[in-house]
Amino acid sequence: MTDARTFSSPLDLQSVRADFPILSRELAGGFPLVYLDSANSSQKPRQVVQAIEDHYLKHNANVARAMHQLGAEATAAYEGGRDKVAAFIGAPSRDEIVFTKNASEALNLAAHTLGASLKPGDVVVVSEMEHHSNIVPWQLACERTGATLKWFGVTEDGRLDLSNIDELLTEQTKVVALTWVSNALGTINPISDIAAKAHAVGATVVVDASQAVPQFPVDVSTLGADLLAFTGHKVVGPTGIGVLWGRYDLLASLPPFLGGGEMIEIVRMTGSTYAAPPARFEAGTPPIAQAVGLGAAVDYLSGIGMDKIAAHEHAIVEYALEGLKTVPGLKVLGPTDAADHGGAISFALDGVHPHDVSTVLDTRGIAVRAGHHCARPVHERFGMQSSTRASFYLYTTPEEIEALVDGLEFVRKYFKVD
Amino acid sequence: MQLDNLYQEIILDHYRSPHHSGLADPYDVEVHHVNPSCGDEVTLRVELDGDTVKGVTHSSVGCSISQAATSVMSDLVIGKPVSEGMATYEKFLELMQGRGNVEPDEEVLEDGVAFAGVAQFPARVKCALLGWSAWRDATAQALATQGAANEGVKNA
Repeated sequence: MTDARTFSSPLDLQSVRADFPILSRELAGGFPLVYLDSANSSQKPRQVVQAIEDHYLKHNANVARAMHQLGAEATAAYEGGRDKVAAFIGAPSRDEIVFTKNASEALNLAAHTLGASLKPGDVVVVSEMEHHSNIVPWQLACERTGATLKWFGVTEDGRLDLSNIDELLTEQTKVVALTWVSNALGTINPISDIAAKAHAVGATVVVDASQAVPQFPVDVSTLGADLLAFTGHKVVGPTGIGVLWGRYDLLASLPPFLGGGEMIEIVRMTGSTYAAPPARFEAGTPPIAQAVGLGAAVDYLSGIGMDKIAAHEHAIVEYALEGLKTVPGLKVLGPTDAADHGGAISFALDGVHPHDVSTVLDTRGIAVRAGHHCARPVHERFGMQSSTRASFYLYTTPEEIEALVDGLEFVRKYFKVD
Repeated sequence: MQLDNLYQEIILDHYRSPHHSGLADPYDVEVHHVNPSCGDEVTLRVELDGDTVKGVTHSSVGCSISQAATSVMSDLVIGKPVSEGMATYEKFLELMQGRGNVEPDEEVLEDGVAFAGVAQFPARVKCALLGWSAWRDATAQALATQGAANEGVKNA
């Protein structure tokens, strides 16, 4: 049923997949793994795992505070990760890269520190399509300060509803925090346009780029964001490390987030002064080996080329949207054309609950996500409680999309829907 | 990972036409429980008559396993003493946590034995327990209210 469709990608998928040993795993029942959950967490190439192993086996020590040779090596490795990440996203300075434990912590850091100057009457604007990690920290900041939370709605076709942008962005608006690519709908939002309008009213722009940085080339120097968050484990890097990029002068104006070692200048019992960014926001022993792994990850992606990865994602999404159209009773949430569409597609299948869809697919080796994907409000927007999500990456093949489509046919037969 | 072990016909029957579905009056306590990780939600009402479960009704959104388990749970506890319902829960929990190594007691669990296969799907165990957790919470609250009322009578 899919043979009439064509697929063309600039990537040599066989050689890419050879870098990811897990992709050749066989699962229960002899089914080969079909990993369609990369928006949840990407798989890791050998190069990343080896960099982490090499660090732990040869260079391990604490950073900065350790004065011995290994300490110097570990510090150089950790800071080397910072250099690589800065280059990867076009940051004008390495000091604009703050390492956190994940994207959620990066967004909480933003909400806490920007929140410190919020007051009653101020407005924070988010959107209905945010991941919970870009809603809840702002709700908490508004509760603490008496500021008001407002949000962009979502149109019927899954795009940001900008019709009331002039009501949302006023002189009272202090922060606009938006996702670049929706983790549930796949929608790519026009960040630069909105940022320009937000800046015109004096608001600070925070971007959740968790699903963007893995997918296409990012240049923070031209984007228009003031702060931008993403996580390591979705860019073929390790878990345990996230990134907050910020314009240096903004970071330098923000108060500390967590207190502890390495974030200070001078500590006296009567009060302390704080280090300059990025150290100000990196209290305690940081994710050292993870920074090494993340550095190797962005090197890996750069080696392949983010423009090629973006082109591959586009081709796969187009192929998947076409394939899913052939499944009776399947409704895609959000945009149904591949234009401005990230590498995740959520859908509902008439008569079968998403958990049951995912369990049946799982018994055929196909890994998808089912639930609200930490984006309950956008599901509510579409009158749904949950959905099934298939998400793709640089190693996803058209054959895997066909396995998904065939798997969904099997689900329909198994639950006798027709 | 045999699918038919999970989706027994009994489970699919309960899923398609759940028993005691639709919130009814009168009731003593209403609770709303969710599985935050997946989004399943159940609203459940309990009416006690002394220490007997007089009625349980529910309204829920969720997968086949959670809907069917709530249906079976209602059948198992209605008309029974609270203590017996709680003991049945313990048996059901033991089955769910048994990773497929616990032989279900059909005398006690009745249609609940159909869920034995769920234990082999660790991600789905919480689905089967959602309705039970709502019932236990509502019943505990109803008992506490009753206790407080009796206390009030004694004090009067």
